[in-house]
Amino acid sequence: MRSGRVLAALAAAVLTAAGCGGGDDGAAASTAEASPGGPTGTVTVFAAASLTDVFTDLGQRLEDDHDGLTVQFNFAGSSALATQLTQGAPADVFASANGTQMAVVTDAGLADGEPAVFTANVLQIAVPAGNPAGVTGLADFGREDLTLAVCAPEVPCGAAAEDVFAAAGVTARPDTQEEDVRAALTKVELGEVDAALVYATDVVAAGDAVEGIAFPEAEDAVTDYPLCTLAAAPNPDGARAFVDLVRSAEGQQALEAAGFRAP
Amino acid sequence: MRRERTPAPLLVPATLAVAFLVLPLAGLLVRTPWTQLGTLLTAPGVGQALRLSLLSATLATAVSVVLGVPLAWVLARSRARGRAVLRALVTVPLVLPPVVGGVALFLVLGRQGIVGSWLAGTTGVTIPFTTAAVVIAETFVAMPFLVISVEGALRAADARYEDAAATLGADRWTTFRRVTLPLVAPGVAAGAVLCWARALGEFGATITFAGNFPGTTQTMPLAVYLALQRDPQAAIVLSLVLLLVSVATLLLLRDRWLGRGGAAG
Repeated sequence: MRSGRVLAALAAAVLTAAGCGGGDDGAAASTAEASPGGPTGTVTVFAAASLTDVFTDLGQRLEDDHDGLTVQFNFAGSSALATQLTQGAPADVFASANGTQMAVVTDAGLADGEPAVFTANVLQIAVPAGNPAGVTGLADFGREDLTLAVCAPEVPCGAAAEDVFAAAGVTARPDTQEEDVRAALTKVELGEVDAALVYATDVVAAGDAVEGIAFPEAEDAVTDYPLCTLAAAPNPDGARAFVDLVRSAEGQQALEAAGFRAP
Repeated sequence: MRRERTPAPLLVPATLAVAFLVLPLAGLLVRTPWTQLGTLLTAPGVGQALRLSLLSATLATAVSVVLGVPLAWVLARSRARGRAVLRALVTVPLVLPPVVGGVALFLVLGRQGIVGSWLAGTTGVTIPFTTAAVVIAETFVAMPFLVISVEGALRAADARYEDAAATLGADRWTTFRRVTLPLVAPGVAAGAVLCWARALGEFGATITFAGNFPGTTQTMPLAVYLALQRDPQAAIVLSLVLLLVSVATLLLLRDRWLGRGGAAG
């Protein structure tokens, strides 16, 4: 527990240092209006890896708005997080990248109330900058001469990939089935694959090294993201504050900027 | 070797160590779904992943022995300057997170890599996402275990035998082959076992550099990790299979190489 706090403090220090460029003015303004009775302490958020950038940003904003509040994140694959939660890991909020893993948590009686879908994601084709292999659409995933990555069928982005391939009638010939979407994206960034099927948000997060190609069949596998506070939350006030921020107009705007779409 | 009663100050921590190392294994055994064992074991892909694991770990060990034993000799015996720096450098894979090792391999051997792009340009051969990439990733991570082990054996070996061989007119290569190598054979065997075990369990560098595809690059640890995403029970069974096969192999080799109940392992 103690080392957890130290880690959280360290993480907060790093985030503050990293984010000091743009946030100073806003932080000063919002600290002034922060209510004295607001949430304090540490909020622990277990969130799907695809939420890393936008949740880190929102957590920073929440800390700026509430003196004495620290937001600590555990970003990982949704199924790993669900396993950790059912094994008793202490957390206040769980944001899953799919309904199945949320169901694991609600079925175990760990959620406080009904989870709500707060955002959604669709697949995109990620290609290295400049698209050297000239990939144009989903049909290119059937080409033998390209080096292609998809997610493994065991993980959510792989299941979604199977859905769009089935809908499009494409027999995919991937060279590798990646263990998660970031691993697939890394291979695009390194230029080691010609294309990978990842989420639209991953393409945004990757910046200039990666280009995204939207394709119509993606509508057949829209991934909803549910979110809940946990019944055994050590910091229920902080948990509510974080969930409220995510669902507010400000939170939704941040999500859209990161490539997510409204649910 | 002399055998004696274990003194109490050693016995207590030794017992704790055994408990610490063996209890997680017992945990696996307790949670194994014995009734579904048959179905889970015969699931498609299990035998394939196991075969690939054993093959690639064995090849990685062979490469490690061929390259690592000479390196260990250089570290232990040569008069070359900068040996301390060299030793630190070659043990880097021990401390490097394996996933980082995988990315590093891309930067050298990937199709955009320093050597890899030249290879792809001249021969059309690309290494990533092939079984060869699995062997390379495993060798990268596991070879330092062999090098450290053999270097230790070389340092502990009595150099007077080598001096005697030289006095009797053997050149340095003959001395190495006929005197040094037999002298440190138990150390080489122990290092090879360590190296093989590490290669067999290798995950991070393999999944990064070789990717994951059933039949070509999906080894048992990768299969276990992915099974864990969907079906934890299947993952436990797969882990158990990997464990049993590796322990059985090690016991078998121990008998072969070192004689029954051999002391030098």
